[in-house]
Amino acid sequence: MTITTPRGSNPASGPRLVDLFEHGLDAPICLTWELTYACNLACAHCLSSSGRRDPRELSTEEAKAVIDELEAMQVFYVNIGGGEPTVRSDFWEILDYATAHHVGVKFSTNGVRITPEVARRLAANDYVDVQISLDGATAEVNDALRGPGSYDTAVRAMRNLADAGMKNFKLSVVCTRHNIPQMDAFKALADAYGAQLRLTRLRPSGRGADVWDDLHPTREQQRELYDWLVAHGETVLTGDSFFHLSAYGEALPGLNLCGAGRVVCLIDPVGDVYACPFAIHDEFLAGNVRRPGGFAGVWRESELFRRLRQPQNGGACSACAFYDTCKGGCMAAKFFTGLPLDGPDPECVQGYGEDLLAKRPQNRTGLPRPSADHSRRTSPTRTGPVPLTLTRRPNPDRPPVSDCAEDPLAGLRVT
Amino acid sequence: MSAIDIDRAWDLHPQVSVRPEPFGALLYHFGTRKLSFLKDRRLLAVVQSLKDAPTARAACTAAGVPAPDLARYGAALTALARSSMVVERTP
Repeated sequence: MTITTPRGSNPASGPRLVDLFEHGLDAPICLTWELTYACNLACAHCLSSSGRRDPRELSTEEAKAVIDELEAMQVFYVNIGGGEPTVRSDFWEILDYATAHHVGVKFSTNGVRITPEVARRLAANDYVDVQISLDGATAEVNDALRGPGSYDTAVRAMRNLADAGMKNFKLSVVCTRHNIPQMDAFKALADAYGAQLRLTRLRPSGRGADVWDDLHPTREQQRELYDWLVAHGETVLTGDSFFHLSAYGEALPGLNLCGAGRVVCLIDPVGDVYACPFAIHDEFLAGNVRRPGGFAGVWRESELFRRLRQPQNGGACSACAFYDTCKGGCMAAKFFTGLPLDGPDPECVQGYGEDLLAKRPQNRTGLPRPSADHSRRTSPTRTGPVPLTLTRRPNPDRPPVSDCAEDPLAGLRVT
Repeated sequence: MSAIDIDRAWDLHPQVSVRPEPFGALLYHFGTRKLSFLKDRRLLAVVQSLKDAPTARAACTAAGVPAPDLARYGAALTALARSSMVVERTP
């Protein structure tokens, strides 16, 4: 999303946009819709802990009913994700239905289904944008996080899109400790395929909670990233995800506001509506689109959303000179790292978050876990030996009885 | 781009969708995928009157823009034209 505000449209004394948005909008600007928890990959940092499909996922008809509501609410476009949305057999039907009903679609994919034929079809639809996920500018860095072969899959998809004439699709990168040195390489890769680079923040959400401590950019890297973003301005998209870095000085392009429940929200595969895509937890659950009132009812009536639209006080941060620019940072990042919601972001550029992180219990007790986990269970979770102690049966008079012993009275002892 | 000529006819780009909000409106251009905000309801009225007005100046008058404010609204329209939200209407 690129935001422009016509200069001169408000008197100098008028309210700032961010102050207006604090009270919420009649409909979200930016709605994320995870269509399925099924995924062919098992990325270590998956926000939605995806892997297996949930049997309760919205049917094709239910998905279309949601689109009808979005059209009526004039939601301009949805960001469709997952899981891997294209593995749903009705994905293309849902996409065509949305664009025919004036709801633009930007979908995130690892590229697995972007064949030359699909790429041509996507390039022909003005109302569709594609976002290819890649978290390393080299196979080595990417595949360590996203799994073997995922780099090649993503690059093949980009080549197919470029060959089909698709312009300005997005190359979407989650910034980690390992890829911060690759920013120029990512930009070159995006340019090579006529794509636009989009950088987002690593969140401690979903499986990301388990790897965040080791993968989130170091303090020096945050500064490096901020300088890189400032140097590249609006040519690089960020989904407004680095507003906590604005406290370094100049504000980054975008709203610089936590939009949870005010301008953004998430619909998950089973129709649950959460305040933001990074907060799949009961604490941030506003309702479900299947209930009477549908999505519009949740957006307009939810008690949680009403609360999020109240003016927030800065809590521990209100005395900080930078509170007005960073607004205390990301709610989900604080929540899943176990920090108080009215305190500093874990990556606070003043270092206040680090101090709090250091005080957490080493064994992570008390840290919230995501409410749903759809990770695949195809491999045993235990990798070490199973500890057993061999003992003698306490009663040697009593012979072992198998389940298929023929005598129905086997093992019966009358005393 | 210098200031637009408000004595010519203008209109919203056909790929632009307008969503009124309590503070003004949201504009979304499906072609450029850009979002823009109108921070006041009167500017929304101006933008909505462009289609049927012979000139942008007439659209401002129809929306009740007082004469001293014309330059400011002209500047806002120029900004919208720069991002292709508003385009010159050709007969």
